[in-house]
Amino acid sequence: MAQPEQQPQSEQQPQPERYTGETLPAWSLPAAASEEIGIGVEWPERVTREWALGDSTGAGIRVCILDSGVQADHPLVGALEGAVALRKTEDGEIVVEDDAEGDLCGHGTACAGIVRSLAPDCRLFSVRVLGAGFKGSGAVLLEGLRWAIGQGFDVINMSLSTTKKQFSGLLHELADSAYFRRTVLVASAHNMPVESYPWRFSSVISVGSHEEADPLTFFYNPSPPVEFFARGVNVEVAWIGGARIRSSGNSFATPHMSGICTLILAKHPELTPFQLKSVLYLTASNVGGAND
Amino acid sequence: MTDQNLQAAVSAGVMSAESEHRALLQSIVEVARAIFSAKAASIFLHDEDADELVFEAVAGEGSDTLVGTRFPSSTGVAGWVLVTRQPLIIDDLEQDPRHSRETAQSTGYVPKAMMTVPLLHNERALGVLNVLDRSKEVEFSLGQMELLGLFANQAAIALDLLQRARHARAVLTESGSDAGVIAQIASALEDLDEEQREPVLRLLGALDDVLRADVSF
Repeated sequence: MAQPEQQPQSEQQPQPERYTGETLPAWSLPAAASEEIGIGVEWPERVTREWALGDSTGAGIRVCILDSGVQADHPLVGALEGAVALRKTEDGEIVVEDDAEGDLCGHGTACAGIVRSLAPDCRLFSVRVLGAGFKGSGAVLLEGLRWAIGQGFDVINMSLSTTKKQFSGLLHELADSAYFRRTVLVASAHNMPVESYPWRFSSVISVGSHEEADPLTFFYNPSPPVEFFARGVNVEVAWIGGARIRSSGNSFATPHMSGICTLILAKHPELTPFQLKSVLYLTASNVGGAND
Repeated sequence: MTDQNLQAAVSAGVMSAESEHRALLQSIVEVARAIFSAKAASIFLHDEDADELVFEAVAGEGSDTLVGTRFPSSTGVAGWVLVTRQPLIIDDLEQDPRHSRETAQSTGYVPKAMMTVPLLHNERALGVLNVLDRSKEVEFSLGQMELLGLFANQAAIALDLLQRARHARAVLTESGSDAGVIAQIASALEDLDEEQREPVLRLLGALDDVLRADVSF
């Protein structure tokens, strides 16, 4: 994988710098330019699940698992196309290195396996932001997300959040950058009633759990901030050591939603995150999806 | 109240708090174990200086040996929960050979199922509450997740009080201040029964009279 585009910042200086990965925005639309912004999506009269993701295998879509690492050779995960780990050096710098250790917990492997089970032909990448110590873990998480957005992944699965308010501003900016760069950030809502980020931001797809067993059943929540509910209870997941265990939590609902997004994007790669979220709404099991 | 009296009162409160807070944490893990009909429940405190997790209270399996045991803060399931501040519910854990081996080596007990939840106070992650091998009669539900979260809130408040008391005590002890000496005496006094306490109080009262008297030796 390519090296990071930005210089990581140390925890001693957590104040956010503006994310510079975008060209300057156009503030208006000249009269003659309207033809240049044609929308490439042929929208059907009614958006159905079949139209959205029927026969899709997720082929070609690049999915990043931002987590504890991924065990690459696990039968439920298959091949990884790249794996890096972020670590804080003694000088306080955060560096990105090839990940030789894999998963230090099992959680990242579980998330990767769920995405693979829904989208077998997607291209999986691992960005490990956990396991290098508790201290500075918030800064490492931020830099991992910044790095992943810089790589232009189609989908970033983030079954993580931080409760530290000092990071919320930069996280918000990163989430918006991802949104405008057509990187779909799928973020796990907190399982407990506490404030945490980035799932609360409207530019991400936030996910909580429902208790049903169908991996493709998902609901739109008309009472945000959690916008979607996906399968997250008693899920059989891949684990380190080649194991399979059962696990519960929004952590596992999130990769279900990432997998569904991957299926839709593989079939309709021209969709922006805004359009994708609209398709998710229209095909949610409590909106139009149950009738397809 | 004078500053000195206030300091002494605070010191006495701090010095007597450790055993009471320990009892509170122990009570929390006992009740957590009972509610989920679990084989064991434990609370880990994050030692920020050493960046390690420390067993602070244990109910059930391992209760006689584990308190004080330490392990790295950011690896394994408890480490993931601490760093991400998210609960994790795992069944069929015996399928994970690495976890089984490591846990067996450090605790002598290998759980099949684990509910691990962070202990959050304001923005801080103070530690982790672990419930091992809950009853299999009821399949895990989101309602249990909510109950676990409520419980974790209570444990986090207790852990916060414990940390504050320890910090205050450390300051008093390290500074070697007059208040620290008074606090130690007050703490020792707390441990005496009524019969033993009375003559000591008389002695301290007499000492107080001497200190207050405007006499020179």
